Amino acid sequence: MRWQDDPVLEVEHLKMRFGGLVAVNDLSFSVGRGDITALIGPNGAGKTTVFNCITGFYRPSEGMLSLRHDDGTTLLLERLPGHSISWKAKVARTFQNIRLFTGMTVLENLLVARHNPLMLASGFTVFGLLGLPGFRDAERQAVEQAKFWLEKINLIDRADDPAGDLPYGAQRRLEIARAMCTDPILLCLDEPAAGLNPRESHELNELLLSIRQDHGTSILLIEHDMSVVMGISDHVVVLDYGTKIADGTPEEVRNDQSVIAAYLGVEDEEVEHVEAEVGL
Amino acid sequence: MALNTPHAPAITAAEVTAPATGAQIAAALREAGIAALLTLGLSIPILAFKTEQDQANALYLQPRWGMVAAACALIFALRFALCLRAARRAAAPARPKAPASPALQKLFGIAVPLFLGVAVTYPMLATLASGGLGGARYWIDLGILILTYVMLGWGLNIVVGLAGLLDLGYVAFYAVGAYSYALLSTTFGWSFWLCLPLAGILAAFWGIILGFPVLRLRGDYLAIVTLAFGEIIRLVLINWVDLTNGGAGISSIPRVTFFGVPFDSSEDGFASLFGIPFSPMHRMVFLYYLILVLALITNLVTIRLRRLPVGRAWEALREDEIACRSLGINTRNTKLTAFAIGAMFGGFAGSFFAVRQGFVSPESFNFLESAIILSIVVLGGMGSQVGVAIAAVLMVGAPELLRNLDFLKQVFGAGFDPNEYRLLIFGLAMVAMMVWRPRGLVGHREPSIVLTERKAIAGSLVKEGHG
Ligand SMILES: Nc1ncnc2c1ncn2[C@@H]1O[C@H](COP(=O)(O)OP(=O)(O)OP(=O)(O)O)[C@@H](O)[C@H]1O
Ligand SMILES: [Mg+2]
Repeated sequence: MRWQDDPVLEVEHLKMRFGGLVAVNDLSFSVGRGDITALIGPNGAGKTTVFNCITGFYRPSEGMLSLRHDDGTTLLLERLPGHSISWKAKVARTFQNIRLFTGMTVLENLLVARHNPLMLASGFTVFGLLGLPGFRDAERQAVEQAKFWLEKINLIDRADDPAGDLPYGAQRRLEIARAMCTDPILLCLDEPAAGLNPRESHELNELLLSIRQDHGTSILLIEHDMSVVMGISDHVVVLDYGTKIADGTPEEVRNDQSVIAAYLGVEDEEVEHVEAEVGL
Repeated sequence: MALNTPHAPAITAAEVTAPATGAQIAAALREAGIAALLTLGLSIPILAFKTEQDQANALYLQPRWGMVAAACALIFALRFALCLRAARRAAAPARPKAPASPALQKLFGIAVPLFLGVAVTYPMLATLASGGLGGARYWIDLGILILTYVMLGWGLNIVVGLAGLLDLGYVAFYAVGAYSYALLSTTFGWSFWLCLPLAGILAAFWGIILGFPVLRLRGDYLAIVTLAFGEIIRLVLINWVDLTNGGAGISSIPRVTFFGVPFDSSEDGFASLFGIPFSPMHRMVFLYYLILVLALITNLVTIRLRRLPVGRAWEALREDEIACRSLGINTRNTKLTAFAIGAMFGGFAGSFFAVRQGFVSPESFNFLESAIILSIVVLGGMGSQVGVAIAAVLMVGAPELLRNLDFLKQVFGAGFDPNEYRLLIFGLAMVAMMVWRPRGLVGHREPSIVLTERKAIAGSLVKEGHG
């Protein structure tokens, strides 16, 4: 199992408390390098909270989050300041409710993701203000990279339109492309398929597979859509009430009694839905 | 779609002019009745009675029910008309709103060179129009005043318009700049050209000092704390008498020189150096071009910054701070740079103010000043450079225009002073703006980089920031 042999992220005994509420309790799992790992669980299980801990938006009450780079350096994410997690640790994320810069163009959205490298190239604005060629080249490269991603997500024709004007599915894809423009080694996606129609959902699967294949980026995703989860993930972690109830390959999890029970514990509709998806 | 067929306009036109239905009239009547009742309630304590004195000097109440009735009737009629119009509008099919019509954009395209041309030739125009350099004094003075506010508006635009941080104490940096020049030049005798950059640096420094504790606050809290900071600076200037000479201010600040050559009638003054007859207006014209250059530098730097990563990060911060953090932007430092650079331009403008006046006192840096600069930014359209310039001309130029409307005296009698209605008109104009152009005069955003085609972004998509 890759997540045991070569993990890119190891979550150990993670606990997140909000006042009296324990949203995540003693959670340990690992994310394999180059894997697509799905984090699933009923509503309110604490999935987004785990993401917020990994990406520095919350400071965990307890636990350790260690990220291993290819070259063997290990970073403890819970100790890094929020903005370093993207820049130094190379972890990127998207949000459950899309957070694009709606009043900026699609291209501008992607360039903001290149902030740190461009800032260095512009000599912290000084060289840029003087119009030195070093910065021009860096900016041209950033635009090329943006173009590459726009071709990939089929939005190249809308590069100069405001992001807020895009249809919902396109906004979801753009948010993923924007996260990818930070050159992450781990990409965390919070319900990327929510609100997509079946065709868009299929395209999303293709996009995620190609991200993994072409860029070697490991993907950690939260998803309710079981066709996405079972279709593309190599590893599934199931969360219920903040604790891990199952961890394994999609086949193992599909047949796990506690997982079925956890979903049975929720509304009937959802159970039927899940049972249909997992083929019960 | 049916609306695109040639017949459609006739249908929509018919709908727009269709008579209001009975239900609509009834609703409008009810609304108008409520408004009239409210007016009645309000006008009883305000309008209904007037205190008068009789011969014995005793006070008695003079009833004025006619006036109350007139007010109620007026409000009733206005409200009724407004409701009917609104009802008809709602019934008419909504037309999609174009982000910015091409005609308007073209207008802005012409506006920029036109403005620049007028600004550069303004002293000549004023001289020609008033038949002599001496006569143009008033107009050139007004030009200098307007340009000072244009520069201040552009400086604050970086903080409020681009970074979306509501700063109500911008005048503090203006004051820091003015006092920096005043103190450095009177104490050490340093020249204006040395003090100008120093004043900017000092103001930026104060921007950072203020920013560190304050920028973790957001929205209303940030606004209130910056407001307090503006007041603190003013109170320090008043009370630190040893340094600032308190409320009396600092006078006899050295005047501006033509890069070392003084503007006086002496042998090596400006006039004799160039072999032209001496005129006190030379200095005024020089000051005019000085502030024009300073303002244009502010503008050029801002335009450039917008296209650099730091400027894009400011705008991204205004749009969504959380997303910025997830993309690795250090939000605190980015806000600080906006604050510091905005403050620096405020400092430049302040030291210009000091050299123009030759006198500074804390009175010049009260909250009203901050409010005017902020209104210029908001009226102009947050983030738009052209809008800010137009708004500054309107906000500073219009009251001066009001002062010169002498013909109104013939209409309303000799005792009528239109200038007294300045704040009333200002308030009405603000309300009208918020109704018709809530995003300011220039309500769209220009993208900072373009791949194939430049398109303006509708103001409704652009966020205003929340601190
Ligand atoms: N900032 C917070 N303060 C207090 N409680 C919070 C906070 N964030 C999350 N919670 C609580 O933690 C629990 C887990 O929430 P979380 O958003 O992580 O669930 P989730 O698994 O992402 O659910 P969903 O599938 O609905 O997105 C919920 O009970 C939620 O109310
Ligand atoms: Mg969630």
